[in-house]
Amino acid sequence: MSFDRALRCRECGREYPLAPVFSCEFCFGPLEVAYDYDAMRGRVTRESIAAGPATLWRYADLLPCDPEYRVDIGTGFTPLQRADRLAAAVGLRTLWLKNDTVNPTWSFKDRVVSVAIARARQFGFEVIACASTGNLANAVCAHAARAGMDVFVFIPDDLEHGKVVGSAVYHPTLVMVDGTYDDVNRLCTEVSQSYPWAFVNINVRPYYAEGSRTLGFEVAEQLGWRAPEACVVPMASGSLFTKIHKGLTEFAALGLIDEPGTRMFGAQAEGCSPITTAHRAGTLNFVPQKPNTIARSLAIGNPADGYYALKTMAETEGGAEMATDEEIVDGIRLLAETEGIFAETAGGVTVACLRKLVASGAIAPDEETVAFITGAGLKTVEAVAGRVADPLRVPARTEVFAEALAERRGQAAAPAGAGGR
Amino acid sequence: MASRRVRFTFEPELIKEPVIYRIGHLFDVVTNIRMADVDETVGWVILELSGDPDEIERATAWAEQQGVRVDPLAGDVVEG
Repeated sequence: MSFDRALRCRECGREYPLAPVFSCEFCFGPLEVAYDYDAMRGRVTRESIAAGPATLWRYADLLPCDPEYRVDIGTGFTPLQRADRLAAAVGLRTLWLKNDTVNPTWSFKDRVVSVAIARARQFGFEVIACASTGNLANAVCAHAARAGMDVFVFIPDDLEHGKVVGSAVYHPTLVMVDGTYDDVNRLCTEVSQSYPWAFVNINVRPYYAEGSRTLGFEVAEQLGWRAPEACVVPMASGSLFTKIHKGLTEFAALGLIDEPGTRMFGAQAEGCSPITTAHRAGTLNFVPQKPNTIARSLAIGNPADGYYALKTMAETEGGAEMATDEEIVDGIRLLAETEGIFAETAGGVTVACLRKLVASGAIAPDEETVAFITGAGLKTVEAVAGRVADPLRVPARTEVFAEALAERRGQAAAPAGAGGR
Repeated sequence: MASRRVRFTFEPELIKEPVIYRIGHLFDVVTNIRMADVDETVGWVILELSGDPDEIERATAWAEQQGVRVDPLAGDVVEG
């Protein structure tokens, strides 16, 4: 059962009945789900969670939806992988990777959409919708297909063909909007007010965002019911960043883990870094930016939860970093070459920023750290195309192969530490 | 009569300008501020604009011409 009891304004604290609304009528602050933690205590135990399925639905009691309405395509409970080779490369003693590339549509968006679509069904919506350039659209389309719901996906008209196909295969109604990125934003906001649809990240956003807490829950459970000392999380809207921390603190409030002293570090691309820039300026007020980065899954210039991400950083004595496009590609390659995980550009941002945070001393070498890898690399192959090793081209003759191999090994031996391929 | 909830962001050089006051005088639009914050690096105001839809459109276009960034209350909703 769910222990959600109200929506509460994050600014003024006013409470509202559970409904598909996202902002306070009084101060226009964002609404967040409030739970009955007293009732939850005792019911939610380590044993009750461990007895659940190997998906995010093992945390059903902590989610803001009746599990009867769930659409389960196997999302969540993804591997927490110890990463000694990457740890050595960046200068850490203990590093873990939360590998969310293995979700059903290969990104963490399956988590938020799982909760949003369950809540939407519970509210009685028959149509689900979103505006997305990739990961979110994939997750919404797949879950809607499984549920047999009508789905509308709004996309900018300059989207790469591969990303269009990645959603179109689930047979949604794709709406390609002729206009700028801001035009798409505005149209979707207006459509969400005019049509009786569940827009996952607009009118059902308070529920949708709660799905990200499961990353915090899983990390704590997989570490043996304890929190890490530091987390490095990619930031777009900032929601994921704040909700992972919320998940850890909720587990402590329920007595499932000790009080987390986890320091939260955010990672952004330099070409879209409103939150990191504000952190460096020592303010909680970010200046919106026009995104210009290869990390399109993080390209939110006006982040809805930027202020709260900055607050979480301040409260946890964490921080923020940013990475250039060049560093992002290097990060993707380093992760793949050391740990066997091919991440999309957001993963490259996380690894690049992790490296810089350790190099600058923001994260100490002995701080046990979890880095969140939120999407798979096959979604953004163009980012690394041309930046990976060329194949060894040979005719089908053993002696030529041997010569070519010797030549390649000679080349590979030349740069220090490059190793043989 | 329509209403639109928006966030105005002001760069430092605009913080001293009475943009919202002037909207109320130049356009037939009611401005109703709900939340705001200003520091030395940036200022933002969350407000509701009420009036004829075309007049609201003209008012926000004018604010953008003055250098104010105008965004929907929900922030960017196009996600990756």
